[in-house]
Amino acid sequence: MNILVCIAKVPDTTTKINFVENNTKFNTERVQWVINPLDEFALTRAIEIKEVLGGTITVINVGLADTEPLIRKAFAIGADAGIRINAEPTDCYFVGTQLAHYAKEGNYDFILAGRETTDYEGSQVGGIIAEYLEIPFISGVPKFDYDGTTASMDREVEGGKEKLTVNPPFVASIQEGVCEPRIPSMRGIMSARTKPLTVVEPIEAGTFAGVVSYELPPPKTGCKYVEADVAEELIDLLHNEAKAL
Amino acid sequence: MAVLVYADSSDGKIPNSSYEAVYYAGKVAAENGCEAIAITVGELENSTLEGLGNYGVSKVYNVSGDQVKDFDSQVYTKIVAEAINSSGADLIVFPHGYVSKSVGPRLSAQFKAAMVVGIIDYPKTDDGFTVKKTVYSGKAFAYVSVSSEKKILAVQSNTFSPETSGNIAVVESLSVDVGTGGVKVLEVNKETDKVPLTEASIVVSAGRGLKAPENWKMIEEMADLLNAATACSKPVADVGWRPHAEHVGQTGLTVRPNLYFAIGISGAIQHLAGVNGSKVIVAVNTDAEAPIFKAADYGIVGDAFEVVPKLIEAIKKL
Repeated sequence: MNILVCIAKVPDTTTKINFVENNTKFNTERVQWVINPLDEFALTRAIEIKEVLGGTITVINVGLADTEPLIRKAFAIGADAGIRINAEPTDCYFVGTQLAHYAKEGNYDFILAGRETTDYEGSQVGGIIAEYLEIPFISGVPKFDYDGTTASMDREVEGGKEKLTVNPPFVASIQEGVCEPRIPSMRGIMSARTKPLTVVEPIEAGTFAGVVSYELPPPKTGCKYVEADVAEELIDLLHNEAKAL
Repeated sequence: MAVLVYADSSDGKIPNSSYEAVYYAGKVAAENGCEAIAITVGELENSTLEGLGNYGVSKVYNVSGDQVKDFDSQVYTKIVAEAINSSGADLIVFPHGYVSKSVGPRLSAQFKAAMVVGIIDYPKTDDGFTVKKTVYSGKAFAYVSVSSEKKILAVQSNTFSPETSGNIAVVESLSVDVGTGGVKVLEVNKETDKVPLTEASIVVSAGRGLKAPENWKMIEEMADLLNAATACSKPVADVGWRPHAEHVGQTGLTVRPNLYFAIGISGAIQHLAGVNGSKVIVAVNTDAEAPIFKAADYGIVGDAFEVVPKLIEAIKKL
């Protein structure tokens, strides 16, 4: 069984976001970079399935050399091989096209990605790959099982959930709930150094979207307090002052 | 030029987020002096379809039949692609949700069209085409310039306030050879009596301060009285007190209600990311130093078990 898992590099979730160069660039100073948390859920679930059925898990990333520590982290968690497509990840179309081109050549049972990245929130890479490969795509999966022939999963839809099955090959984008995160073991960390990381050059592909500038939400003007023993007054304020009720 | 908008439906009803998207499409079309057309899938009353005219589209395509009963991204992509070709649209609008996430990227690959999601303002077209979107899980906004010929936008729910015009749209059925998709839907579970979390205008959210899952009864009661959705913080979903579908925050859902109650939630940066688009935030917490108060408009320093029953009594008197 062959599984391909797409991973992206994002700032750690505790990062305080601010911008430099006249709000045109994200301030990367003192930022801790991590595997996109939703991609890590996808990877961890893939590893759990591999531990039952056997097979190979390949992680793939579109990025420059600075993403390699994250591919090694994926090795430490349990991925077997890594591919880095040597290009700046400009927009979703570009990244999805690169990944699809690579995925087409491999014989993958299925391809997993996170539902979206926690930085740009594009939520497109999985769907773009699926379209190029002309295979099903299931977005927003909080429960994922695979028995070697058929995948059964839940898909989150507005106001509820669907249970569905699909046969390989397919692409699914994973969200929280699918598994518990895993801390790499010492053995995992030791073996990460020797696992194969292959760098491939990108293909020609367009970039059609780019951030011109950033903006932070306006700061709150301050919190108006109501004493706990007269909590009912809050409802009055929300009704008459804030007009929110 | 034309603007095409996908209007979602469930059990014959069109959700608010889709009316918002239709209104958005109509407004962009009007500003550019072109036509806005909606595409709908599934069995819908003619009056419902015509009624989309009220929100700014002049024509509505509808595709229905057994093959489209279940959602499959390949099948629905064929339908929207056909609608794009029939209408000659170069701007395609979705309400941001599971359909936009499933179908939008496929169209992006097929039409070499950039897709931008989480849109919170109308495009600026005086110099190119620029849209405003949420980034860093709601911690910031970005202005994104789009240069592809066709463009796909998915608009954030609870962001645009539709006005109705009284117009009626022309309904056309669209014939599409949809084929069969690979996804087999076995079961659909929708809580039809509850407001979907991403659409709710009021959200009552609670965290570890509630101490145990059985204590959510008062949160649910308060939400019911306000016709609100319930939500929770990440730690509470992680320990299984509440379903992950309720988790708002950086790795969960982003919500933008009019009013967000954070009860017994300390307000870690990851939680605030998912909620700071809310218009009014109310915090109830025993710890006066909890970061949630920095993000809140109204606050009560106190025990949820004393405060919430008082709030419930006051809501009943409204």
